[in-house]
Amino acid sequence: MNRIEACFTSLKSQNRKALIPYVTAGDPQPGVTVGLMHAMVEAGADIIELGVPFSDPMADGPVIQLACERALAHNTRLVDVLAMVAQFRETNNETPVVLMGYLNPVEMMGYEAFAEQAARAGVDGVLTVDLPPEESEAFVAAMKANAIDVIYLLAPTTEESRIEAVCRYGSGYVYYVSVKGVTGSAALDVDEVSRKLEVVRRHTDMPVGVGFGIRDGASAAAVGEVADGVIVGSVLVNQIAEHAENPDAIKTNVSAILTQMRSAMDA
Amino acid sequence: MPKIDNIDSLLQAPDERGHFGPYGGRFVSETLMGALQELEALYEKVANDPSFREEFDRDLAHYVGRPSPLYFAERLTREVGGAKIYLKREDLNHTGAHKVNNTIGQALLAKYMGKPRIIAETGAGQHGVASATVAARLGLECKVYMGIDDVKRQALNVYRMKLLGAEVVAVESGTRTLKDAMNEAMRDWVTNVDSTFYIIGTAAGPHPYPKLVRDFQCIIGREAREQCLTQEGRLPDALVACVGGGSNAIGLFHPFIADESVRMIGVEAGGYGVETGDHAAPLCAGRPGVLHGNRTYLMADDAGQIQGTHSVSAGLDYPGVGPEHSWLKDCGRAEYVAVNDDEALAAFRMLTRVEGIMPALESSHAIAHAVKVAKEMSPDQIVVVNLSGRGDKDIHTVAGIDGIEL
Repeated sequence: MNRIEACFTSLKSQNRKALIPYVTAGDPQPGVTVGLMHAMVEAGADIIELGVPFSDPMADGPVIQLACERALAHNTRLVDVLAMVAQFRETNNETPVVLMGYLNPVEMMGYEAFAEQAARAGVDGVLTVDLPPEESEAFVAAMKANAIDVIYLLAPTTEESRIEAVCRYGSGYVYYVSVKGVTGSAALDVDEVSRKLEVVRRHTDMPVGVGFGIRDGASAAAVGEVADGVIVGSVLVNQIAEHAENPDAIKTNVSAILTQMRSAMDA
Repeated sequence: MPKIDNIDSLLQAPDERGHFGPYGGRFVSETLMGALQELEALYEKVANDPSFREEFDRDLAHYVGRPSPLYFAERLTREVGGAKIYLKREDLNHTGAHKVNNTIGQALLAKYMGKPRIIAETGAGQHGVASATVAARLGLECKVYMGIDDVKRQALNVYRMKLLGAEVVAVESGTRTLKDAMNEAMRDWVTNVDSTFYIIGTAAGPHPYPKLVRDFQCIIGREAREQCLTQEGRLPDALVACVGGGSNAIGLFHPFIADESVRMIGVEAGGYGVETGDHAAPLCAGRPGVLHGNRTYLMADDAGQIQGTHSVSAGLDYPGVGPEHSWLKDCGRAEYVAVNDDEALAAFRMLTRVEGIMPALESSHAIAHAVKVAKEMSPDQIVVVNLSGRGDKDIHTVAGIDGIEL
């Protein structure tokens, strides 16, 4: 059983939902990331989505765009992100780490080379925003050969006929995008999400994480009612932006938000 | 590298998944897949629908003013002293560039889909103006994304768009030029996908855009081919067009792909010189990668980050290129070269003085290279240059270079 599967299995037996924070690696500077990952685990994170900075993050709103710009100002490359994961693994061998980013940095490294290095570093899953299943064949083969899950997005606009295809290619979990929009968009409609998840679950037994629009304990708990995982990004990255000069404050504030979400979800 | 033994596959590209050989495709977030599938289905339906074609052709004739002339630049030819140089006068189209051929087509698609709102990205502002123009004509809401650096250097076009009723959004993220405008337009589209049609201005982006933009722009090459046969009784020996995203070039080239005697030369922006790194010439000095929904030649660093570009011409200032050009390059059917800012500016002045035609700085790149090519050819040979746009919008830039404030 890999770390992602073990995580969801264990949570299910406790009747709890996964709290999945996202931060961009190297933001505000590379030295902060590994410590922040550990702090997030202590605050109740079950899985960490680590953003790989990209110069042109088309599916992201201004908050994560700026996070990418801060990380790239310190030249945080894909190889550096892999090194951070390896460093994280020195003292944490349980918490799954999923890399989330865009295809071009992986294209430049080459799918096989990336998959091998990522597996060696201790990466459990990869979510490539601009790589839909239709273009994924070679990518999925390389990841599978290295036991890395390929996680796909589903959107409110995904038709039922494609849900099945997306679920067939994917493994680990499915990431349901709760709103039409970029990251950091407006608040989500939990009833609407709930209806859509019913449809998704007709096509897959994989756990379903829901992201976009989750900002506090209340929205995290509400989404936790209907999903297997609660993914939270922009609200954390906002804290990183606000306290870019003070890494301790970043840890404290990000942890405080996660602790609040954790307790609201577990209540 | 495959040579020109695969003309059929070049003619048939893209395949049903939008691939031009290894290039093209549909690399977008899941949020956009539905909209692209919807667009693809509609386009398949109307592409061969006679009433759609009739409406498109009628608009091109009566609104755009087609056919555009194929003009023999006699004095330029004499000055250069080589092959006969013909100019395909896309600058004479309504709104002053080839861009309108495509916006007319896509606006018709928007109308068929019942979308009340269109968005567009623009570099030089020509596509933005062409989009705002069709939006005004059809009564659609229009928002144009433009890098803030381009807003400054293309002030005339920005005001034109505003007069036409469009909202112009100055994009401050990233490198603040065309690629960032495209990112921002995609973000808008993801958010407003139900109400909005995204009019992409060049033959790039996710499938089916490279195909449909090419199809709409192919009117350039079809006319030029026929005009050359009529006026000269033979096909040209070489075609020359500038390449940013590459829509005017693919529009000229595509109808000639099967005419193997016709050389096709795309001219990229060499900026300060390809060797300086400050340029916008991905086909000459880049490598394949994935950006803005398609796999194509890009300017990216070893880590896969997209690099900043430079060109005196805002419309060529883009780190990628349409996927069909990448495929034509690899197949050896088309050649790609780069022309520097200085050479383009010299060509701008030359054509203005010798022919009384002021070309856009984008098109000036093509003129500069056509002159080089024509010089090495014999007087009985023919070069057709796509004069893709007029230069009025660039007068401020040129005056600035001359140290004159208007």
